[in-house]
Amino acid sequence: MSKVLMKGNEAIGAAAIAAGCKYFFGYPITPQSELPEYMSAHLPRVGGVYLQAESEVAAINMVYGAAGTGKRVMTSSSSPGIALKQEGISYIAGAELPCVIVNIVRGGPGLGSIQPAQSDYNQSTRGGGDGDYRLLVYAPGSIQEMVDLVQIAFDKADYYRNPVMVLGDGMMGQMMEPVEFKDDLPKMELPEKDWATTGTKGQRKPNVINSLYLAAEELEQHNIRLQKKYDEMKQNEVRYEEYQIEDAELVIAAYGTTARIAKAAVDQLREAGIKVGLFRPITVWPYPYDVVKNLPESVKHILCVEMSMGQMIDDVRIGNEGQRPVHFVGRSGGMIPTPQLVVDKVNEILNGGK
Amino acid sequence: MLNERVILAGFGGQGIMLMGQLLTQAGMDENKEVSWLPSYGPEMRGGTANCDVMISEKPIASPIISNDATSAIVMNLPSMVKFVPEVVGGGYVFVNSSLIEEKVERDDVTTYYIPCNEIANDLGNMKIANMVMLGAYVEVTKSLDPESVLNALEKKLGMTKASLMGINREAFAKGAEAAREQI
Repeated sequence: MSKVLMKGNEAIGAAAIAAGCKYFFGYPITPQSELPEYMSAHLPRVGGVYLQAESEVAAINMVYGAAGTGKRVMTSSSSPGIALKQEGISYIAGAELPCVIVNIVRGGPGLGSIQPAQSDYNQSTRGGGDGDYRLLVYAPGSIQEMVDLVQIAFDKADYYRNPVMVLGDGMMGQMMEPVEFKDDLPKMELPEKDWATTGTKGQRKPNVINSLYLAAEELEQHNIRLQKKYDEMKQNEVRYEEYQIEDAELVIAAYGTTARIAKAAVDQLREAGIKVGLFRPITVWPYPYDVVKNLPESVKHILCVEMSMGQMIDDVRIGNEGQRPVHFVGRSGGMIPTPQLVVDKVNEILNGGK
Repeated sequence: MLNERVILAGFGGQGIMLMGQLLTQAGMDENKEVSWLPSYGPEMRGGTANCDVMISEKPIASPIISNDATSAIVMNLPSMVKFVPEVVGGGYVFVNSSLIEEKVERDDVTTYYIPCNEIANDLGNMKIANMVMLGAYVEVTKSLDPESVLNALEKKLGMTKASLMGINREAFAKGAEAAREQI
């Protein structure tokens, strides 16, 4: 297919529909409102349902219900809205249902601002809800990658029977880039959804969808089973990009929007003959720890760049296992780091600054 | 090598976002790498509006302009005050002289003063002042084929507003002419 110029938020909607998403439940919030708007216009045309719920809490529970029927369902929101959805996300993960959740992050905490941020990293990768659950979390770095990953996300959600999150930010949602809707994306072999509550028609025992296990022994077994699933994700779902790492003296770790800014900084520094590379996690859970652990010998420093006060830096430290100093530079609250900020920080580190 | 970084700015209602989108679409249609990034906020008609457009031969890393614009298109005075300092030395500034009496004080950039609103008014439609300016920008920078920009507009207008193509084409040509007189 040919390329079209699309806003990130609208491209997510188009990608979801292309992936067979039929149901969307949400509540408007800047900077992601173009996504529900797109779904409200386009889902009815494919025989789907768009519903604006009375609140985020209602929306995520509608997702819970729809997911129980085995149909492809999505919700989206931005930071404080996703915070409200956490209870429902935990229930959906506990009940082992597939769905896709989009978070177009804005500045926090609380109501925060409406400008881009990455301060929901912990909320996304550590789980804001209760219990031992995990989400597969994609952090795309371009609108094309976002479109590809949204489509892949629906397959992964079905395969693992687990919520998958697509983590963007206000800039990703608002900007326009050329995108191509590919028809050759890797498709997964997916099992029949024999667990769905679609009516027994008197032919089978009722399916029960639930996250309550009053017997501790049973809940422990449930958790062990969930853990196996998460281990499989860690084995098979890690995605990342490496850029100019081979001979680098310093490696920048950054994801999403910030990785783009960091890449501009890497190019600028390389032109000046400074050996810098970029490590960009595409899945932030499961995290590509091995990449950080096995960076080339030449690497003397790691610099984590985020649009937050420093959240992913914890994962970089886990992967690093104390091998090299890990530095940080970032902006928060809706401020966007410039390539120059990154360049200056790199120079400061390599010239023996703090 | 083409590596355009354009800031377009004015007040809400001047068609700033559309101008940026047309340049972006035209660049894409010419198989260039492009991005369009709007400012957004609790804004309203009459408030400020600006967007960053990248048109490049190389994949675009950061879509944000930070003191490295190759061109600034400023449609009102607050935009001129705010964005002229963002232009690199040797860059271009396009000033809507219908609404901005002040002159650009930098001598390391080339400035064109285009009376967009007057030209649009003479053509009988105030809404096409933005197309006047795009004509001037493309004429000076040659970053895009004029036809690509006009084709992008034609696509945007669609069937229902196709009748507006003629006057927009005229506006674009008048803008180019006004710029040519200053080159």
